[in-house]
Amino acid sequence: MSSPHPIMRAVHGVQAWFEERAPGARQWWNRHAAQYYAPKNFNVWYYFGSLAMLVLVAQIVTGIWLTMHYKPSAAEAFASVEYIMRDVEWGWLIRYMHSTGASAFFVVVYLHMFRALMYGSHQKPRELVWVIGMLIYLVLMAEAFMGYVLPWGQMSYWGAQVIISLFGAVPYIGEGLTEWIRGDYLVSDATLNRFFALHVVALPLVLLLLVYLHLMALHEVGSNNPDGIDIKKVKGPDGKPLDGIPFHPYYTVKDLFGAGFFLLICAFIIFYTPTFGGMFLEPDNFIEANPLVTPDHIVPVWYFTPYYAMLRAIPDKFFGVVVMGAAVMILFLVPWLDRSPVRSLRYRGWISRLLLALFVVAFVVLGWLGMQSGSETQTLMARIFTFYYFAFFITMPLWTKIDSTRPVPERVPAHD
Amino acid sequence: MANEGVNPGRRRFITATTAVVGGVGVAFAAVPFIKSWNPSAKAQVAGAPVEVDLSKIEPGQRHMVQWRGQPVWIIRRTDAVLSRLPDLKDRLRDPDSQVSDQQPGYAQNDHRSIKPEWMVLVGLCTHLGCAPLYVPEMLPQPFDSQWQGGFFCPCHNSRFDMAGRVYQGVPAPTNLRVPPHRFLDDNLIQIGVNPEGAA
Repeated sequence: MSSPHPIMRAVHGVQAWFEERAPGARQWWNRHAAQYYAPKNFNVWYYFGSLAMLVLVAQIVTGIWLTMHYKPSAAEAFASVEYIMRDVEWGWLIRYMHSTGASAFFVVVYLHMFRALMYGSHQKPRELVWVIGMLIYLVLMAEAFMGYVLPWGQMSYWGAQVIISLFGAVPYIGEGLTEWIRGDYLVSDATLNRFFALHVVALPLVLLLLVYLHLMALHEVGSNNPDGIDIKKVKGPDGKPLDGIPFHPYYTVKDLFGAGFFLLICAFIIFYTPTFGGMFLEPDNFIEANPLVTPDHIVPVWYFTPYYAMLRAIPDKFFGVVVMGAAVMILFLVPWLDRSPVRSLRYRGWISRLLLALFVVAFVVLGWLGMQSGSETQTLMARIFTFYYFAFFITMPLWTKIDSTRPVPERVPAHD
Repeated sequence: MANEGVNPGRRRFITATTAVVGGVGVAFAAVPFIKSWNPSAKAQVAGAPVEVDLSKIEPGQRHMVQWRGQPVWIIRRTDAVLSRLPDLKDRLRDPDSQVSDQQPGYAQNDHRSIKPEWMVLVGLCTHLGCAPLYVPEMLPQPFDSQWQGGFFCPCHNSRFDMAGRVYQGVPAPTNLRVPPHRFLDDNLIQIGVNPEGAA
């Protein structure tokens, strides 16, 4: 169909020229956006996937700009960050965008994961989507940890010391392994330099690949929804799900609205409270790294504190590291631990609701405990909640099975 | 692809040998990439011994030096401190320094040092490598109501006595490490070298 207007004709001509030479491009766009049918009942929880991608892009862009001024050496790193903050035009803003972005990334990812738990998005047939998502979470933790080392402040240094020493708990090869990771007998210039390479080049590439695979795996099976209804079961005469709407333009517009809201909150933090009361950037990290003195109160950034509380609660080095690692690894198994015949919490009974609510409480309290200095009462609390954390997953096959369920409707219920 | 005249045995042989040769090639090619992460020659030679003058260290004082980049503490223990060391034995995990990696043979004794007065320790917690705090006062502490003086690690609440011996019920698995050291004369100590004749 040719447009009468010469400009439109030229546009269409260019389009046709392009499509002849890149035959997959339009199909790709249709498959993943314009004709990707997503359930029509997405709610606010469905913002966090696209927001995570937005933050990833923001981190890559601000990160590239930071590398233009940052010096990855033990002698110069701390001063170069101060240089960015004081002397580089708008350097403070770019750095605060990046540091706030790191915490925002975890906020978004944790909410995204909670959404999946709540609506059973990990259940068949989306197990692979969940597993790839967990891999993203793992790589993201490594990426965040190494990024935090780069400013070479006290928390950077001693955080690196503690985290690398975790590998020392591996039997027999532990000590050699820590030396291999550090490239020295202590955390040093060599360590900083390689963490820079991994943080800036290697891990972002892995992250991008995993995010692509996450999306491809999702689009193969289709998105879940708050009701956990399989929309592919009821299709119209055109073969499209009756309860589905094309991702583009419907959800691209919705996600853009959410992005605006999200960026507003981020801007508020960046401008008014970039350290977030010591939670996003810790006070001790404004002191240059000193290998002879550990800060009195050493804590990781908030997104690691639940696991840190677990590590601290166990009075044994090897077992502590095992518990900490298992706390993350057990999440990989969720698709197979959940035996509920329905996906969404909306159609599950009170047991699932109560235990999931308690799980959120346990995770948040552990996160809080990980930031405290650890009195005897707090250690006891950490042990109780660590126990609950594991009990929640280990007994999941049991309670998801015995819990009552309500029948899931064929179609997405109408809203008021 | 045409399958006429194909010799499947030959095809299988070529596939297998290519896979094996390729696998061996990948394994060898990985060596330099993995080995390049080891401590470099420069890092290895940086571990020279350190000499410390003891004459200026007061009784009860802790002096800190750097050896191989790690903090090393030299503590001048008073008689009062030394007399308390045997009392703690049933609260410690390894009171007799049985774990032989944590000190040279000549420091495997009740005071874990060559001379009882002078304690030499690597100041890194054996849990995850933080630098423990020196809390010599015999006063009740938030982390221990019957504190007898020693070292407290703020990272994960590990506690050690005045000979660097680890308490029970803390995450640190072993006593603090005693580095190789020797006395050059009464007031001069060298960190990083064993006494002559000692292994």
